[in-house]
Amino acid sequence: MEAASIPGGDRATLARSPLARFPDRALKYGLTALAVLILALIVYFFVRLFGQAHAAFAREGVLSFVFGNDWNVGAEHFGALPLVVGTLITSALALAIGVPVAVAAAVYATELCPLRLRGALTLLVELLAAVPSVVYGLWGIFFLAPKLQGAEQWIADRLSFIPFVGGGLVTIPNYFITGLVLAIMILPIVSAIAREVMATVPADHKEAALALGATRWEMIRMAVLPYCRSGIVGGAMLGLGRAIGETIAVTILIGNAPRLGHHLFSQGYSLAASIANEFGEAQNVHRSALFAAGLVLFVLTLLVNGVARVLVARAARAGGPRGRGVENAAAGGQILADTAAGA
Amino acid sequence: MSAANGQAGLKSEDRLARFALSPARRRRDRLARGSVLAGTAIAVLPLLVIVYYLLRKGLGAWSVSFFTTDPTGNTFFGSSGIGGIKSAILGTIEIVALASAIAVPLGVGVAVWLVEYGRVSWLARTVRFFVDVLTGVPSIVFGLFVYIVLIVGTGSTYAGYKGSVALALLMLPIVIRSAEVILLLVPSALRESALALGAPRWRVIARVVLPTALPGMLTGVLLAVARAAGETAPLLFTAAYTMKTGFGLGGFMNSLPVQIYKDVTSPTTSVEHRAWGAALTLVAMILLLNTIARLIARRSRLA
Amino acid sequence: MTSPRPTAEVVDVDAESHTELDREDQRSQEAGSQPASEYASPRIISPRTASTPLSSDAALEAKPGPSVRLERLRAFYGESEQVKGIDLEFRANEVTAIIGPSGCGKSTMVRCINRMHEEIPGARAQGRVLLEDVDVYGPSVDVVAVRRAVGMVFQKPNPFPTMSIFDNVAAGPRLSAGRRGDVRATVEAALRDAGLWEEVADRLDAPGAGLSGGQQQRLCIARSLAVDPEVILMDEPCSALDPIATLKIEELIDQLKTRVTIVIVTHNMQQAARVADRTAFMLDGRLVEVGPTQDIFTNPSDPRTEEYVTGKFG
Repeated sequence: MEAASIPGGDRATLARSPLARFPDRALKYGLTALAVLILALIVYFFVRLFGQAHAAFAREGVLSFVFGNDWNVGAEHFGALPLVVGTLITSALALAIGVPVAVAAAVYATELCPLRLRGALTLLVELLAAVPSVVYGLWGIFFLAPKLQGAEQWIADRLSFIPFVGGGLVTIPNYFITGLVLAIMILPIVSAIAREVMATVPADHKEAALALGATRWEMIRMAVLPYCRSGIVGGAMLGLGRAIGETIAVTILIGNAPRLGHHLFSQGYSLAASIANEFGEAQNVHRSALFAAGLVLFVLTLLVNGVARVLVARAARAGGPRGRGVENAAAGGQILADTAAGA
Repeated sequence: MSAANGQAGLKSEDRLARFALSPARRRRDRLARGSVLAGTAIAVLPLLVIVYYLLRKGLGAWSVSFFTTDPTGNTFFGSSGIGGIKSAILGTIEIVALASAIAVPLGVGVAVWLVEYGRVSWLARTVRFFVDVLTGVPSIVFGLFVYIVLIVGTGSTYAGYKGSVALALLMLPIVIRSAEVILLLVPSALRESALALGAPRWRVIARVVLPTALPGMLTGVLLAVARAAGETAPLLFTAAYTMKTGFGLGGFMNSLPVQIYKDVTSPTTSVEHRAWGAALTLVAMILLLNTIARLIARRSRLA
Repeated sequence: MTSPRPTAEVVDVDAESHTELDREDQRSQEAGSQPASEYASPRIISPRTASTPLSSDAALEAKPGPSVRLERLRAFYGESEQVKGIDLEFRANEVTAIIGPSGCGKSTMVRCINRMHEEIPGARAQGRVLLEDVDVYGPSVDVVAVRRAVGMVFQKPNPFPTMSIFDNVAAGPRLSAGRRGDVRATVEAALRDAGLWEEVADRLDAPGAGLSGGQQQRLCIARSLAVDPEVILMDEPCSALDPIATLKIEELIDQLKTRVTIVIVTHNMQQAARVADRTAFMLDGRLVEVGPTQDIFTNPSDPRTEEYVTGKFG
């Protein structure tokens, strides 16, 4: 211990020399500076992004950019509605298909699954997150889409009376297959959060339900699901955020037709896909429009993720000591939650 | 005050019968359980199908030349003319290595600051908030960020290291979040006893906290690396694409995800073949990292 | 054993000796768990005494309940045997208390009666539990039916947090009546029987978790009563409550026993003395002694019982 060598028994002996204090100071201020730097960096990027997008907004007006239905590169007219709608349709599909499946898997894993199978089951769902999105695109376009085309056409024909669903020619890349693959991609995150939230249900309430003479399912419906509602919704919104921002798989699977598809099984476009496709050769206003699309995308994910975080935090707080697991699952998936829980 | 012994005239079979489960409830219970099971099966199925398909279509593409030759631009000739994925593999390794070298020290540094110094101050709350914001940013937007600053801003062109910066931005929030979680798990009693011995704070962090947290943080880092290795979008307009193996990160650089992306859009079946082989390679690399991360996590318990 | 053995008296405490009782109770509360021989005799409170009477219109019709008989009951957690062969009878329409030191298996044993024990992974039970003459572990018996016939009140009051007071009580009946069924009459009757109706009639839609501890526990009792069980098991129902709430619940138990058979696990011997007709003493997974409550406390046959009730251990 670096003590100043001042003779005598006064408090001065407890002082450390400035030299000895240096590493501590350096570390503290250095790391603080680092944190501030990161902060500044993010703000800076946002500002620059907006700056680059400005030209397009100036030309079209913000509202008419977002809601205008004409993405015409040739005529240099950029209304991004097809992009926004495409993004929203595929994401909504991803939620509609993915959330029930993810919650079912979570219910099974926490309430109905035999103990020894639980780890394997969880792992199989978690590993879906390890598959890169380009591989999802590859697999989707070369395997899944052709396989499902027949069934999709059948549905389109049978349900032709339902607007938007039926009555068209099914193309291989389309909204539906994109939504389906996106649903698979969000399974791990939604399932991990749902699982962690369900684990926070106090055994008390479950026992009380069973003691009333409830069947297993009735107990889940009475004591587990209502308790977990906001946590599951939070997890679903995190999945939504992921689906909205997904680029490569969507670009491969959506068909890249810069217009509003007429039905579920037609081609379309999305915000991220437009950037991926057109940025390379874009010039001037076109490029600015793509930055603007990126900005819209950014703001959209910001909002969705913001709401998600609030819901997840609320569920974590209500979950008592195990509530930590919910936050950890949101941050790093099941493996982080497990690592932290095992400690 | 004892009443008579249950002589209500109830026959023994009837006794419980009036409480029995109605067939409707029984049916609903079975139906619900069945649906849950079906949903679970649906959740588990895609991974198995993907892995199976990857193996089936990808293994066939693997060969020595596959790994040792660069891709050629030939898409019209037979399979012998299209080359392998050497530049892509090397490119991914180099770009991701540089990205990790940037993101890990910075990320761990910020995490250490958050846990040891910032804690609950308003600055720490702000930083945490922005890190959370970063987590949700779509990966292509990272590419745009770097493009604006390092390409438009400097007037220079695509380069491998710029791709690394984009990937580092992507990895940063993951590293920070997971490192923070692990650091928070280090028992404060450990810190306090070291401090009580008179050790300066920096020493406590360096010699006590970090080593204890190391395995857990390693897991988080490996997961971030695995994630970055699989990303395509941030690289599209930063490192861009080339077919050659240039050992300099200062020029255009190939990478596995971008290579696969380029090949997916090609109509030639042999190129598609190569894409499957490359996909299998990429997934194998990622799964390897994942497995190592899990093994480390399992073997280390911060108890 | 040096102290004399007075005979137990059942004291019908009226207004005058009310104050004496108060003082006794106060002393016992201050001193903590008192050895029983310090008392002159255990007092069994009849409903007429206590503080505020429960709802006066609690016209509980007497219904003959079943006797519950345990035969060679053994309970395991994995390989570890917690209940090691118990033969015990709980008489119909009586309150039987189970006392014993922590870990002796009383909760485990009681949870075998409504087959809650097997909900724990790796837990199993062996032997017979006879509800009158039906073995609840019989091969053709539906466990869901058993749990409706045998209700349970837990140690910590646990109303469903996402449900209102009404919905909490209605939860059980709704299971068989369906969501659309009219359970209002059932809910009101159950709340009256639990002595809670007056206090919550005007706020049935309020969340169940917003009540005081004692009220929550009575809500849980109402919830159990709503499915019209024949037996009610209570696992230390008052241990989380204050003395006034405890007293209210003990009065309730006394009223309820005319229509259900009650088994109450308690580590509070004064409580056993107050509410139970018969008491069973368990030690280390086995039944040591069972008998009328006065006998157990004042004239136990087994030396271990005597040691426990005089506070030598536990």
